[in-house]
Amino acid sequence: MFEFLTALTQQSFLQTAVYAGLLSSLACGIMGTFVVLKRIGFLAGGIAHSVLAGMGAALFFGFSPLLGALIAALVAAILIGLIRLYWKTQEDTLIGAIWAVGMAIGILFISNTPGYTTDLMSYLFGNILMVSQQNLWIMALLDAALLITMLVFFRPLLAVAFDEEFASLRGLSVSFFYLLLLVLVSVTVVLLIQVVGLILVIALLTIPAAIAGQFVYTLGRMMMLATVFGAVFTVAGLGVSYQLDQPSGPVIIMVASMAYIFATITSRAIKRGQVHKAKREGHHESRG
Amino acid sequence: MNDIVISLDKVSFHYEHLSVLENINLEVQAGEFIGIVGPNAGGKSTLLKIILGQLIPDHGKVRVLGKSPSAARQQMGYVPQYPGFDRNFPITVEQVVLMGTLNRKAWIGRYSRKDKQRAAEALDRVQALPLAQRQINTLSGGQLQRILLARALACDPKILILDEPTSNIDLRLESDIFDLLKQLNKDITILVVSHDIAFISSYVHRVACLNRSLVCHHTDTIDGKMI
Repeated sequence: MFEFLTALTQQSFLQTAVYAGLLSSLACGIMGTFVVLKRIGFLAGGIAHSVLAGMGAALFFGFSPLLGALIAALVAAILIGLIRLYWKTQEDTLIGAIWAVGMAIGILFISNTPGYTTDLMSYLFGNILMVSQQNLWIMALLDAALLITMLVFFRPLLAVAFDEEFASLRGLSVSFFYLLLLVLVSVTVVLLIQVVGLILVIALLTIPAAIAGQFVYTLGRMMMLATVFGAVFTVAGLGVSYQLDQPSGPVIIMVASMAYIFATITSRAIKRGQVHKAKREGHHESRG
Repeated sequence: MNDIVISLDKVSFHYEHLSVLENINLEVQAGEFIGIVGPNAGGKSTLLKIILGQLIPDHGKVRVLGKSPSAARQQMGYVPQYPGFDRNFPITVEQVVLMGTLNRKAWIGRYSRKDKQRAAEALDRVQALPLAQRQINTLSGGQLQRILLARALACDPKILILDEPTSNIDLRLESDIFDLLKQLNKDITILVVSHDIAFISSYVHRVACLNRSLVCHHTDTIDGKMI
């Protein structure tokens, strides 16, 4: 790891990459927790893949791919949210359609853009090393917007995430807050795509929160632990990919996945240990 | 003569082509404890949804506390038959009950001290205050039922509506819950949907039998033959 650490102090593009990873992990921890608890991974996947439409259009028309991604993600979030709210029985098919159509539109735009198409690979699999300084500022801004929205709207967002029927009976607009939740997910997706690309983004969105959920049992702690895990996986993954000269996105996902497997085995072992301990103590009590 | 808190006047409702409720007339007075019984698919849940303002009847008028059901929502407490949430959600009892204090006007920022006080009072009324900091996945069925009741009470409602409150808990706890409801009935009008007519008739003032249409009986007049 030494080469990575020394290179880190010298190469600014590596520093930018680390900052990008850290910035995205905040959104990842907060919204990843919601995605895992409310089981909307499929919806988040639909949003992620639709982003390609925006990035392709941005490439074709010549504006910032990050902006294109954001616009496409927001549009997809609203559409998918409306489908979930009003056409729930056809949800699977419709979201699957948006998923595929979004990608198809993106690929069409890209293939009709004169010039190199290497951009496609970095959109699909991420290239954290290509994050520009300007994008870093935009990412920080998006993080701040997410954080402020969370602080202001936390109670109704939690109520809608937890029990939609009851929230509606209390007079809260479930449609508004559900869509807001998906908009926040789409912002997070755009941030994480910079790190691992849109194909792998769901893994980075959900794995840190899924691991956190096995060890802590309050919402706040789950979000904080998920943020920490997100940061650790991206930076560690970046370091390992640098050492081994491999693409960073997939390596980050491998690090996250192995951690998930290890965590699952460990938490099961701990729980089994607790059950055994309780049984032994029960025996002693009944004997005495 | 007490105020009428719920009135249904010639209410009808149908799902697609199936008639679910026909010409329902019902007046509930303040302070009553009324039970609604009937067979499955007889329209009991639909009737509740209409009173709560979740469904709009095809014909007839519904008035709750003199207003439309959606306007009166803040003064109604509702305990559903099944919790509308995942029991493994990482949340404490107190946080669940606090959600009962949310309303259309107050949702920005954090809960106030007054909100927390009301939640504590609601938990106390159902004798579940010691459970306040417990995770909901550590609760038994009976305990969870009380928490749902506390959540419904957190907004200090004038009317409490319960859908099959005892269908998912032990029989021996059934009388505990109903004794609790009898206590609450001193301040709150209560409407209970239940499948167990023989049991609830010892608690309620009136029993409404619902099978698409509604027939009411005062419990003093119910005997074994009628059941």
